[in-house]
Amino acid sequence: MVRPVARPDPSRMINALEIRGLEKTYANGFRALKGIDLHVPNGDFLALLGPNGAGKSTTIGIISSLVRKSAGTVSVFGVDLDQDPQKAKSLLGIVPQELNFSMFETCLDILVHQAGYYGIRRRVALERAERYLMQLGLWEKRNDQSRTLSGGLKRRLMIARALVHEPQMLILDEPTAGVDVELRRSMWSFLLDINNRGTTIVLTTHYLEEAESLCRNIAIIDKGQIIESTSMKSLLAKLNTHTFIMDLDRPYDSLPLVHGYSLHAIDPTTVEVELTKEQDMNELFLKLTESNVRIRSMRNKSNRLEELFIRLVESNKLN
Amino acid sequence: MNSEGLFVAFCTILDKEVGRFLRIWAQTIVPPAVSMALYFMIFGHLIGPRIGEMGGFTYMQFIAPGLIMMSIINNAYANVVSSFFGAKFQKHLEEMLVAPIPNWIILAGYVGGGVARGLAVGLVVSGIALLFTHLHVRHFLVVIAVVLLTSVLFSLAGLINAIYARKFDDISIIPTFVLTPLIYLGGVFYSINLLPDFWQAVSRANPVLYMVNAFRYGLLGTSDVDVTMALLVITAFVVALTAFALLLLERGTGIKT
Ligand SMILES: Nc1ncnc2c1ncn2[C@@H]1O[C@H](COP(=O)(O)OP(=O)(O)OP(=O)(O)O)[C@@H](O)[C@H]1O
Ligand SMILES: [Mg+2]
Repeated sequence: MVRPVARPDPSRMINALEIRGLEKTYANGFRALKGIDLHVPNGDFLALLGPNGAGKSTTIGIISSLVRKSAGTVSVFGVDLDQDPQKAKSLLGIVPQELNFSMFETCLDILVHQAGYYGIRRRVALERAERYLMQLGLWEKRNDQSRTLSGGLKRRLMIARALVHEPQMLILDEPTAGVDVELRRSMWSFLLDINNRGTTIVLTTHYLEEAESLCRNIAIIDKGQIIESTSMKSLLAKLNTHTFIMDLDRPYDSLPLVHGYSLHAIDPTTVEVELTKEQDMNELFLKLTESNVRIRSMRNKSNRLEELFIRLVESNKLN
Repeated sequence: MNSEGLFVAFCTILDKEVGRFLRIWAQTIVPPAVSMALYFMIFGHLIGPRIGEMGGFTYMQFIAPGLIMMSIINNAYANVVSSFFGAKFQKHLEEMLVAPIPNWIILAGYVGGGVARGLAVGLVVSGIALLFTHLHVRHFLVVIAVVLLTSVLFSLAGLINAIYARKFDDISIIPTFVLTPLIYLGGVFYSINLLPDFWQAVSRANPVLYMVNAFRYGLLGTSDVDVTMALLVITAFVVALTAFALLLLERGTGIKT
């Protein structure tokens, strides 16, 4: 008996974004990108992480045709940026790191004009503007000049503007910088929602918690090179130690030696402990109890991704 | 984009540009109206009668076409140079650069905005001229052609200036040191027949002379230069500057890093 062969879905096979050998040397001779390769599958939610000055915005600038590349190729849903820039641009929505709308236009005008630049007729543009201003909580402010918005709302306005032509891929450069916790959470659920409905998303952020809770895949860029590109899951699995901080009930002059565990005091009432995957906490607690050390509370030292991130960047520094 | 999309994009830029200068009308429409009223009053009304006739007309009538042309030139230029440089400076030019708009549409949209401002101010100034003297159009097509071509030409020049400009100073240097002398020496206030032969020949190298005289011909029926020649000269400049501006946009000069 012949089993039916599962037909690959062609739209799934084309990468939403494909970057090969991307290099950028700025006019002052600075090499911001030193040969970047990156593939973002259709429908993905990718975090592009990296320390300040790593080259994230430069990469995004090249994808959005605002920065000229020095070498390499970029294609969006199989459309090469050099060969058919108009087509590639129409598939992309960009939320830049820095505010770049006219401060004297109203929110509504900004969206309707942006739609117009994509050739969308005014009637349709108005409908879309209404929808996205509503979804991003800006409808009340539609007739206000953009400069009167608060910082967080300005960021949202840029997201609404990037969506008005309904792109298939949305690239956001630090969309939540300076956005309060509540607004940030609602932005997350908004992004997850449009991702679930099929929009591929690439996002840069310095809040690693954000990357961890939103993104399926992750790429880390440092000094113009990709130093890690994998799924969030397998990256976190790499982390085989875990650091906890314990608050003690009272100050202790010295800590008991607990065999096999690395403990060190940060101050007389706080202790840091590093556990490997194989170790368990019961034994540690038992031994501490025996030595009359009482623990009042305990927490993760930091976000796990943050630890990994720091390690990767540190080890890249040594190379 | 298909042709409908291109048209929508063009109309969007034009709409934004016209909206911009109308919103700040006190900075864009009122100042030229005030300064032209002063020119008419001082040169036309007070000094004019002592000068007597020029080119067979009262001095007021002689300078009216020149002053209208001067305001069209200044305002077409100013509109594009300040709007485009402002868009570059505030970065919202990026809104167009990330969108699938071909450069020639961006160019057409900004030039359309400059032409609209040139026409708007030209009409206001013509209205003011009518308070002082009477004007009637003798050669309608010449008037239309010369006004459109001239405002296109100086819109293009303003665009090129804005592309190269890096700071605010850079957008006032050209108007002050190039545009104003060309206009003042371009036969707005006198007929070049008053000049010695040598300076007449020099004046003929000034493109503004052709615009002012062609426009004067359209209104008064008199000109220091051949009108067909004048229209050809202006058209040649328009073609050359269009090509140059497109080349700069294509290269991303002053826009892309
Ligand atoms: N126009 C420019 N000319 C020269 N160097 C530049 C220019 N723009 C950026 N750079 C340099 O290129 C490097 C990468 O900058 P980029 O903005 O891409 O970093 P980033 O990863 O986005 O950083 P951040 O997290 O701070 O936003 C930096 O060292 C920066 O100083
Ligand atoms: Mg950046």
